Amino acid sequence: MVDRKYVPLLVTIGLFILMFLAGSLRYPGFFSLQVFMNLLIDNAFLLIVAVGMTFVILSGGIDLSVGSVVALTTMLSASLITEAGWPPAAVIPLVLAVGILFGWMMGAIIHYFQIQPFIVTLAGMFLARGLCYVISINTITISHPFYTHMALAKIRLPGGSFISISVVIALLVVALAVYLAHYTRFGRNTYAIGGHESSAVLMGLPVGRTKMLVYAFSGFCSSLGGVVFTFYMLSGYGLHTVGLELDAIAAVVIGGTLLTGGSGYVIGTFFGVLIQGVIQTIITFEGTLSSWWTKMVIGLLLFLFILLQRVFTARSTRSQSV
Amino acid sequence: MSVRWWNKPLFWPLAVFGLLLLLNLIFKPEFFAIRYQNGHLYGSLIDILNFGSPLAIVAIGMTLVIATRGIDLSVGSLVAISGAMACLTISRGDDQHALSLVLTAVLLALLVSIALGLWNGLLVAGAGIQPIIATLILMVAGRGIAQLITSGQIITVTSKPYNFIGAGWLMTLPFSVYLAAAVFLFAAWMTRKTSLGMFIEAIGCNPTASRLAGIRSRSILLAVYMFCALCAGIAGLITSSNVSSADGNNAGLWIELDAILAVVIGGTSLSGGRFSLTGTLAGALLIQTLTTTIYMLGVPPEITLVVKAFVVLAVCLIQSPSFRRSLTRGIPWSPAASGQEVSRHG
Repeated sequence: MVDRKYVPLLVTIGLFILMFLAGSLRYPGFFSLQVFMNLLIDNAFLLIVAVGMTFVILSGGIDLSVGSVVALTTMLSASLITEAGWPPAAVIPLVLAVGILFGWMMGAIIHYFQIQPFIVTLAGMFLARGLCYVISINTITISHPFYTHMALAKIRLPGGSFISISVVIALLVVALAVYLAHYTRFGRNTYAIGGHESSAVLMGLPVGRTKMLVYAFSGFCSSLGGVVFTFYMLSGYGLHTVGLELDAIAAVVIGGTLLTGGSGYVIGTFFGVLIQGVIQTIITFEGTLSSWWTKMVIGLLLFLFILLQRVFTARSTRSQSV
Repeated sequence: MSVRWWNKPLFWPLAVFGLLLLLNLIFKPEFFAIRYQNGHLYGSLIDILNFGSPLAIVAIGMTLVIATRGIDLSVGSLVAISGAMACLTISRGDDQHALSLVLTAVLLALLVSIALGLWNGLLVAGAGIQPIIATLILMVAGRGIAQLITSGQIITVTSKPYNFIGAGWLMTLPFSVYLAAAVFLFAAWMTRKTSLGMFIEAIGCNPTASRLAGIRSRSILLAVYMFCALCAGIAGLITSSNVSSADGNNAGLWIELDAILAVVIGGTSLSGGRFSLTGTLAGALLIQTLTTTIYMLGVPPEITLVVKAFVVLAVCLIQSPSFRRSLTRGIPWSPAASGQEVSRHG
C-alpha cells in the first residue's frame, strides 16, 4: 500500500499517462518520443515559472506577478541587446538579478507589513507590466547570434528525437528545486511555514527570511523563465505571457500541491505542466476543436483536483468550518 | 471616540481623490468644463461617471463578497459571458430593434450570470473551498465559455434598444450612471436597512461563531456570490452594449483586479468583517479619475499600470498596522520602493 501523502501525486502522474495513451490510440503519429519532447520544448518556460510558484504556494502564499515579470524580462533583454547593444553575457545576469530583487522586495513587503501576498503581488504584477510599456509599447525583435543559436540549437537524443537547450535549463531547474525542497533547511522551513505559520514562528524557524527567499526564488524562476521565453520568441513585448500566472497556478494545483500550503511536490508540478501540454497537443491533433477548449478543460481539471484536495484535507482535519 | 479623522476609512480615498482633482485644476482647468449640448451633458467629469459605472457596479458586488472574507476572481469572465449571451440572443432574432427581444436577451444574460454565481457560491459555501481558488476555476474556464458562446468571433449587433443600455442618455446623463446608482442604492438599502449587512459582517468576522449564533451563513454566502455575479452581469451588458458587440477575449479583462483595488482603496479590509459601500464607490471613481487624468495630462496611458501599482501599495501600507507603527516609532523598515511614495502622504 502506498503512503497516503503520495496519492494526489500518483493521481496526477496516472492522469498524464492516461491522457497520453488516449491521444496515442486516437491519433496516428501521436505516440512518439518527439511528441513527448515537444511537450517539454513548448512548455519549458512555463515549467520554470511553475516551479517557482510551487515554492510560493507551498509556503502558503501566492505570486500573481510571474507573467508580468516574464514579460519585463523579455522587454529588458530585447531593449538592452537590440537597442543598447549590450552583450548577452551581461544582460542575462542583469535580468536575473532584477527578477530576484523584484521578488525579494515583494516578500519583504509581505513579511514586514503583514499585507496579504495576493494584493502585494497584484501590485507587483501591475508594476512589472507597466514598466514593460515604459521601455516601449512596441515589439522589439532580437537578432543577436547568441539568441538565435539558443533558439535553433537542437540536442540530438538516441531514438531520433531532439530537445532544445531551454529544456535542459528547465530540467536543471526542476532538479535544483527537488534538491532545495527535500534536502535543504530552506525547503523544510518552507513546508513548515505553509503547514502552520504560527507554529513555525514558535519553533524558532526563520520565517521572515524564508518567506523573502521564497518570493526571491519565484522572482528568479520568473526571470529565468523570461530568458528562456526570449529564446523561444526572439522578441520582447509588453503583451507577452498575459495570464501566465493562471497557467502556473493551475499546473501547481493539478500537480497535487495543496493551495493552503504545506503539502505538495515539485515533481507534481512537472506533471501538471505536462498535462496542460498534452491537452494542447490533443486539441492541435484533433484539428476541429478551437483553442478555447484548452481553457475549459484546464478549468474542469482544476475543479476536479480542488475537489480531490478537499476530500483529502477533510479526512485529515475535521476543523474546517463554514 | 478614539478614531481620529485621518483614521476614518473614507478619509484616505477622498484625500487622494481631492488631490487628483486639485492636480487637474492646476494643470488642466478644462477638466472641469461641462458643456450642455442637444440635451446631453458633456465633459471629463461626465466621462468619468460614464466609463466608471461598470467598474463601480462590479466593485459593489465585490465589496459584499470581500466582507464575508471571500473574493470573486471570476467577475471578469462573467462580464464577458453576460455580454456574449446577450449579443448572441439578439443577433439570432428576426428584428433586432424589437424591445421584447432585447428584454429577453438581457434577462437571459442576467440569469446565466446568476446561475454561475450560484456555482461559485456552492463551491465556497457548499464544498467549503477557499474562495480565491473556487472562483479561480470559473475565471479560467469562463473565458473559454464566453468564446464558446461567441464561437471565437466578435458578435456585432445593430439593436438600438440594446445600445441604449451602455450608450443611451436619460435626463441629460448617461443611462449607465443611473444603473450604477440603482445598484448602489439597492445594495446600501439591503445591507443597512435590513439585518443582512450585519450578518455579512458577522460571517466575515468569524464564520464558526456566526453559524453557532444562528446565522444561516450558507444561504447568505450563496446570496452574496449570486449578487456579485449579477453585478458582473449588469456590467457586462453595459460594456458590450456600449460598443454594440461582444468580445469573449477582451471584455472585462482585468476588471476583477480593478474592482478589488476599488474595494481595498475604499477601506474594506481584505480580511473581511467590515465593509463600506460608499468607500467602494469613492474607490471606483478614484481609479477612473486616475485613468482619465493620465490621459488628459498627456502621459502615455501605458504608465497607468505603474501608477496603479503604487496606489495599491500606498493604500495597503496605510492600512497596515505594522507600517503605521514603524512610521510613528521610527523603526527602520525595509528599503522598499514604495516607502518613500507613502511617506509623502503620511
